Amino acid sequence: MSDPAFALEIEGVTKSFDRPVVKDLNLRVKGGEFYALLGPNGAGKTTILRMVAGLLQPEAGNISVFGIDTRKDPLRAKSVIAWVSDEPMVYDRLTPYEYLEFVAGLWNIDARRAQVHSTELIEWLGLAPHARERCGGFSKGMLQKVALAGALVHDPKLIILDEPLTGLDAGSARQVKQVLLDKVRQGVTVIMTTHILEVAERMAERIGVINHGKLVAEGTLTELRKKLGAESTLEEIFLDLVAQKEMDVETAVDAAA
Amino acid sequence: MNFAPATMPWFAAHEWRLMWRDGIAMMTGGYPARRIALIIGLVIAAVLMHLLANAIVAPWAAAGVVPDKPTLVIITGTGFLFWTVMLSQALESVTRAYYGRSDLDLIFSSPASSRAVFAVRTGITALTTLLLACLLASPIIDVLTFHDGPRWLLAYPVLAALSALSTALAVLITVGLFRLAGPKRTRLISQIIAAVVGAGFVIGIQAVAILHFGNMNRFAVLQDSSFVAAMPDLGNLIWAPAKAAFGDWMSMLGVVAVGAAALAGAIVFASSSFGRYAIAAAGVSHIRVSQHRGAVKFRPRSQKQQLRIKEWKLLARDPWLLSQTLMQVLYLVPPALYLWISYGQTAGTYVVVIPVLVMAAGQLSGGLSWLAISGEDAHDLVVTAPVSPFAVLTAKIEAVAVVIAIVFTPIVLLMLFASANLALITALFAAVSSGSATAIQLWFRVPMRRAMFRRRQVASRVSTISEALSSVFWAGTAVLVAGDQWFAVLPATLAVVTLFVAWLLSPRGKRV
Repeated sequence: MSDPAFALEIEGVTKSFDRPVVKDLNLRVKGGEFYALLGPNGAGKTTILRMVAGLLQPEAGNISVFGIDTRKDPLRAKSVIAWVSDEPMVYDRLTPYEYLEFVAGLWNIDARRAQVHSTELIEWLGLAPHARERCGGFSKGMLQKVALAGALVHDPKLIILDEPLTGLDAGSARQVKQVLLDKVRQGVTVIMTTHILEVAERMAERIGVINHGKLVAEGTLTELRKKLGAESTLEEIFLDLVAQKEMDVETAVDAAA
Repeated sequence: MNFAPATMPWFAAHEWRLMWRDGIAMMTGGYPARRIALIIGLVIAAVLMHLLANAIVAPWAAAGVVPDKPTLVIITGTGFLFWTVMLSQALESVTRAYYGRSDLDLIFSSPASSRAVFAVRTGITALTTLLLACLLASPIIDVLTFHDGPRWLLAYPVLAALSALSTALAVLITVGLFRLAGPKRTRLISQIIAAVVGAGFVIGIQAVAILHFGNMNRFAVLQDSSFVAAMPDLGNLIWAPAKAAFGDWMSMLGVVAVGAAALAGAIVFASSSFGRYAIAAAGVSHIRVSQHRGAVKFRPRSQKQQLRIKEWKLLARDPWLLSQTLMQVLYLVPPALYLWISYGQTAGTYVVVIPVLVMAAGQLSGGLSWLAISGEDAHDLVVTAPVSPFAVLTAKIEAVAVVIAIVFTPIVLLMLFASANLALITALFAAVSSGSATAIQLWFRVPMRRAMFRRRQVASRVSTISEALSSVFWAGTAVLVAGDQWFAVLPATLAVVTLFVAWLLSPRGKRV
């Protein structure tokens, strides 16, 4: 039975494409937590998050969001989730206001409330001067802010972000990070993948390290440090964990040979 | 073969390699194993086209082809039809050369000459235009050569000259548009000109035939004795391309010289400004388009309403799509005109317009359905929204159906005044043809950016062919039903079989 106290519960989830990408994964994220998912390229981070968002179906295992089984009741689960990918999902020929009206409509948000909230978000994210221009000519940072506004306009309880800071300038990145921290303070759960270890180190309460589709380490930064020594940086911990896993894989391959 | 880097031959080899791989990838859908099937398919298509050309041209050739004035008028008129299609194609390619950003940034940031790049790309445009012309005209030329002797082979250099001339004109039009309308509007205007030129002459001549002769045969004008009499004498230079195609060497040399000179002149004239205009075109993607300035007001709408309105907004704001739709609507002008002037005549006269309408409904629906169903720029957003996939698809199909209804309802209403029965048949089969094309797009849906519209055929050749076949078969069924012919059941069966085979071959069909 899923526990609604957990924002996310993943139990024994497996997914393959031409090769196994996620293997018997178990993961729990508490409500109101900022959780960072780290891992090298191709480790399976995006696949995991896409399964949670309902963009992919797992082959085995269960995923629950606030106690709602994403397979049995996908629409209810989706109503509390927001998904932000590294490639902003924005229509070139709509303005930010039109985009937010569309997103709010998809999430069945009252039009008047959505309008007020959209105006706040547009101001908050510094998009006001461009709110009535089509998104087609926007920079990557502006598009990502529009996508983030779309994720926030329906007041999600769980925000899932896949590399949201990729390609953003320092100012935009700082703004996005601030928005996410504010949301966590308001009780929203944030799960984010990132290659910028410093961001995970500063922002996340707990960090999970994925390699070859498995969770190889998890905990607070302090807990992770305990494994490798008190002076270790997250970068050293990460590289050590990934290198250790690579050695394990090579040993297994040698043994099989 | 080795060429010195950054020279014109080196660029030409580079462009040719890219074009070749692109073409193969488009035709094989990215599966190298399909090359053999592709070659077999092309051979079969070539044989069928030659057989069809033989059926049309052989009796004419057997009667003896003489280069008299009526024949020259027919050949020149037909050649002009080909040339307008070539000009349309060239205009699209030349515009792409300015606006395509794939490697221009790299080339412009290198010490290579932008003039050389432009010359090569313009030459390649002329070559691809020639290939298109050969694809359409070679069965007729080959059949004439077979029946009437090798003199007809001179038609090939004439085609090359015409493609050079159309490319030169396309370059001049594009440069003129850059000067007059600026980089922001040039692409849109050029696309509309290409669409109108591609269809305009065919439609115009058909319209004249309808208004003047009361039938839809475009050759009726070219065969009219008073029209032929009004044309210049045989010594006039206007007949030079037709005479060259007949095997007149002097005319052929003259036509080729004019084509080559026009192309070279256009390249010299436009190459100096190519870099400047291409850079200006690059800046267009950063230009922000403002929408209304009024107060923001979110309207209460259901999820499906939001999806439909989003689709309509995106369709209405897509200039390229508008030009394509405009072309489809232009093709409806002759049948509408025919209906107008035939008002009050016997119902039998209306039968000829039914297949045109049914086919147009299928083709327009296919394109719009692809944009609505597969061309979803925010695919992840729609999938992660708390809306059932069924509701999303029905909303998108409804959005397409409304557009189709807006385009076709006035014509069907026009028919209704004359014959309720034919109007009903047209409406029914236009809806079936439209529904079939939409169903095919639904079975073969693959999420892609809307900008990939031009390359949607890459996703599946099967969907493209079955979409065209089902439109043709439903058009045939409609016309036979309108004529009370019992064998209407044959094209209807073929249409259903086409849909069934498409469903079996589709990813959705395989999953069941």
